[in-house]
Amino acid sequence: MSFLEIEHIDKSFGATRVVKDFNLSIERGEFISLLGPSGCGKTTVLRMVAGFETPSSGSIRIDGREVTNLRPNQRNIGMVFQAYALFPNLTVADNVAFGLRVKGMARSAREARVAEMLRLIGLEGFGERFPFQLSGGQQQRVALARALAIEPAVLLLDEPLSALDAKIRVSLREEIRSIQRRLGITTIFVTHDQEEALSISDRVVVMNAGVADQIGPPFEIYNRPATRFVAEFVGTLNLLQADVLEPTSGRLRLGSAEVTLGRPLPEGRVTVAMRPEVVTLGRAEGNEVVFEGMIDDVHFLGSVIRVEASVAGDRILLDTFNRPNLPPPAPGSRAEFSMRKDDLLIL
Amino acid sequence: MRAKIWSWVALAIGFIYFLLPLIGTIEFSLRKRRGEYSLDAYRSVFEDPRFRETFSYSVAMALFTILVGVLIVVPTAYWVRLRFPRLRPVVEFVTLLPLVIPPIVIVFGYIRLYNTGSILPLTGTAMGTNFLLMMGYATLSLPYMYRAVDTGLRAIDVRTLSEAAQSLGAGWPVIIARVILPNVLVAVLSGAFLTFAIVIGEFVMAALLNRPAFGPYLQLIGANQAYEPAALAVIAFAITWFCMGLIQLVSRFSAHGRAKRS
Repeated sequence: MSFLEIEHIDKSFGATRVVKDFNLSIERGEFISLLGPSGCGKTTVLRMVAGFETPSSGSIRIDGREVTNLRPNQRNIGMVFQAYALFPNLTVADNVAFGLRVKGMARSAREARVAEMLRLIGLEGFGERFPFQLSGGQQQRVALARALAIEPAVLLLDEPLSALDAKIRVSLREEIRSIQRRLGITTIFVTHDQEEALSISDRVVVMNAGVADQIGPPFEIYNRPATRFVAEFVGTLNLLQADVLEPTSGRLRLGSAEVTLGRPLPEGRVTVAMRPEVVTLGRAEGNEVVFEGMIDDVHFLGSVIRVEASVAGDRILLDTFNRPNLPPPAPGSRAEFSMRKDDLLIL
Repeated sequence: MRAKIWSWVALAIGFIYFLLPLIGTIEFSLRKRRGEYSLDAYRSVFEDPRFRETFSYSVAMALFTILVGVLIVVPTAYWVRLRFPRLRPVVEFVTLLPLVIPPIVIVFGYIRLYNTGSILPLTGTAMGTNFLLMMGYATLSLPYMYRAVDTGLRAIDVRTLSEAAQSLGAGWPVIIARVILPNVLVAVLSGAFLTFAIVIGEFVMAALLNRPAFGPYLQLIGANQAYEPAALAVIAFAITWFCMGLIQLVSRFSAHGRAKRS
């Protein structure tokens, strides 16, 4: 049995069903991200695990213990909020010590634990400061230390990086991941930022309208999206209309190219999708699919060149690495594009 | 330039309107001894045992009123903010009622409801009447207390702080005592000082419930003596201003109480 089991949970607020038959099993020490647009129910799932919301039906078990109807303060969870939520009247050390004090830990043990936590987040010597004397990133690290101090069974992170500026967001997410690895703590991380989710998770749960569309490792989510929603929400995607020529063998016409996928397709027209980085400018070895198009625009981004082109009335983007000996094509010219047929996604 | 002169004139008129009676009262209170200024009136006020009795009675009543007010208002305002935001207009309306309903109506209501012939004969004993008076005072101070505390709660993120404390294992009593109260302490204190000022000067309720409070004593002296009432008025002013000064001092002192807004 998994460490954290979420089984068939449903949640309605009035007449709106915000979480629909959600299931998730998390192993001990795993880092799971709940990814989705705002209003998809990801925060509600997290809040049900925390105990701030009660599921309308279904059950949640942590380490074999049924917690569905326990209050938040009986669940032994650590939570970090988007708004930091440090107690403004307490110093950094007292904030970190809060949960230990509630537990009734002896003073000397408490102080040792606080010092250990401050060392963990790299804020030794900040113990006597008040939250308003810290930057946003420092405050969020204190919030993390406060949540970890009580040695929770599960760490819940509710968009902890959203209030921070871009640079700190990246460095803090790496710090969170490395601390999580070191402590081996089971973690659920809620975010609407796909890059964040893909970069730090063991597995990502992509949520859409209260349902888990796909659960899998980042590599799989990105490369083999299970639904159109996942494909479109995670990463950039080119969508092209293709005519199915032979449904049984999966033969279709894509612009000027004809491709046989070798698996059955529906009749009529289908939408095929491809990531910008799988399309190559010009022919290349191993790329069976070759089609023509018109270059609309070229964006030079340094190491990467992003090309906008039209293919049979659809617009596509493709990314190629910058090669100094090969200048990018001029807008308005015609060009050939190629790709592997395995990289074509049928949605 | 012209506009500036008129603002100065307006300011001067305001000053005269507020300060002249005050200066007059102070001046008059010093003239008990014929032909020279003296503090005789103050001396006779302070020497009067009834002054000390009624004043300490009112101070004690004020402290109890503040305690009861805090115990009623802080959890109510907190709960309304956290769980029943839709009830806010209702609660605000209720807390405003004491400003609309004259104290004399409230106290007559009390006397009718809790007289010796009723199920709860509070007016039958001195302690019962004291309790009734204290509840009356708490009612009178409700508009100020509630607004002060509510404003204090608005400055902090009540919901997230409560949830953070809960996730750290705290129950409701701990959350209110260790997280909410310390963060609205300044607001609570400013409500408390206003309550103090109201209770010290209150006349109607104390007089009609026949308790030995400072307000009725002021009235008695005012009706019977010449210089002492002026001295008492100055003392009452001093107490009120002292309270206001304390509010200022406390709110400035606790600069760290400012929570980061999110």
